[in-house]
Amino acid sequence: MSTLAFDGTAMLGRQLLRVRNNPALVILTQTMPISMLLFFGYVFGSALAMPGAEYRSFLVPGLLVATAANGIMTGMFQAAQDVHRGVTDRLRTLPVSRAAVPVGQAAADVLVTAVGTVPFLLVGLAVGWRIEGSALEAVAAVGLLLLFRFACTWAGIFLGLLTRSEEAAGQLGSATFMLPLLSNAYIPTDNLPGWLRTIAEWNPISALTTALRELFGNAPVPEGAAWPVAHPVAGALAWCAVLLAVFVPLGVRRYARGEG
Amino acid sequence: MTTTYAVLSEGLEKRFGEVRALRGLDLAVPRGTVCGVLGPNGAGKTTAVRLLTTLLRPDAGSARVAGHDLVREAAAVRRAIGVTGQYASVDGDLTGRQNLRLFARLHRMRAPNERAAELLERFGLTEAADRPASTYSGGMRRRLDLAASLVRRPEILFLDEPTTGLDPASRGAIWDAVRELKQDGTTVLLTTQYLEEADQLADDIALVDRGLVAHTGSPAQFKAVIGTYVEVVVADPEVLVEAAGVLDRLTGGQPTFDHERGAVGAVTRDTTLTLPRLVRELDAAGVPLLDASIEPPTLDDVFLRLTAEQEQEVAA
Repeated sequence: MSTLAFDGTAMLGRQLLRVRNNPALVILTQTMPISMLLFFGYVFGSALAMPGAEYRSFLVPGLLVATAANGIMTGMFQAAQDVHRGVTDRLRTLPVSRAAVPVGQAAADVLVTAVGTVPFLLVGLAVGWRIEGSALEAVAAVGLLLLFRFACTWAGIFLGLLTRSEEAAGQLGSATFMLPLLSNAYIPTDNLPGWLRTIAEWNPISALTTALRELFGNAPVPEGAAWPVAHPVAGALAWCAVLLAVFVPLGVRRYARGEG
Repeated sequence: MTTTYAVLSEGLEKRFGEVRALRGLDLAVPRGTVCGVLGPNGAGKTTAVRLLTTLLRPDAGSARVAGHDLVREAAAVRRAIGVTGQYASVDGDLTGRQNLRLFARLHRMRAPNERAAELLERFGLTEAADRPASTYSGGMRRRLDLAASLVRRPEILFLDEPTTGLDPASRGAIWDAVRELKQDGTTVLLTTQYLEEADQLADDIALVDRGLVAHTGSPAQFKAVIGTYVEVVVADPEVLVEAAGVLDRLTGGQPTFDHERGAVGAVTRDTTLTLPRLVRELDAAGVPLLDASIEPPTLDDVFLRLTAEQEQEVAA
């Protein structure tokens, strides 16, 4: 286990160096949710029944979760890029713990996300979002968000090692953009037709978003929702547990085994 | 555990779908020697290296690398080897120095910074040390790759086509590094498409064809199989016959003429024939020369000859 900790830290260091060497990329990635908050918040916000400021408060947790779900894409892209460039194979010929490389990648991604969330939340505060619950609940909300990011990145790492294609990762970017559209991240699901509402509420993004709204005190849990949304914190934790239980072993095994 | 062989493989097989990349590779590399695995594209050289460096698992057969079983003791194998190939590369987003420091750290070296600086100096990369590796030229990149596989001195170094696509100066730098490593007692297994490279560096050559070792021997033995091509170009077409007579006497080969260029050539298996001697003999026979050359055989020559011989054996 100490081997994993040591190697994992070294690999985490590598990912952070990449960010330091290439800050423009990270800054650009972080501007995306901010512009979406402004566009959705003011453009859609004007057309919805909900008052604008209230909608922007509703939107902040949704965008946080939608951005976290992008971990699938970034995780996949980086893993595929490493395979493609031969970095993965160089590391695999070293006496390095098999799990260290994906663990380091996922941990670094969570750290970068945590830092990137700060400017987004500052813009959120500027447009009317507030932490309306207790500080402890707010911390729990952030913890849940980062746990979800960690789980999504693992799913991405597995897909990246499986497909070994940076192009496929790019294509998946469009799919992860669609995913929050079929959830309660941007709109309330109460008025959706029954079957569509069920699908949207079983979307992991919905449980996470509802949990964040509840913990930040931004919006109450909707009435008559499907189980993961009706019990948002438990639902969110369950989704994260399922994702991790599936993708951590798959990712590590795929990394250890290589392509053969 | 000490053994005579750094690499010893028996019947290694690897299949990719329908393609049988290796069909039973037997390879024996004595400790402290340089083994050249020679073969054209698609012969299975890279697959062989990927298997022997634990990047792929064999479908059948077994191998011991540095005395450790390739499959059961993969971790011990990884501690003993260094690998450089087109697929095992450094991180282009990191600088040369950051890359080497990372590998030194992963090797649990006490002073990763010092080790990185030392290797950068040795491979002439000190000036470029703090630039991202993605900005390096092909030759610099290959030197950095090589440095990365030497961070902690390996017992066995695997080099997969280390000079393919490099300019002559960079190729020379890689060759010098291999010679130094051999002097330090490192075993080197290198794959190459160039007979000249194997001739320059290897103690033994294993010719690989369609997933099998088709032939093994020293570089001199390989060259003797095919012989050396001697050619002279004369100033006056009238003396072509005299030149052919001299060639016939020196080489014992059947002279062939190229009247348009005023050239005559012959194949010899006599490795002691030198260019000065050839010129002296022709001079003594009164043949005015424009040009003379002794060309070592190319891989194509050797390959065609050896595989043709094998096919004949099979037919017989």
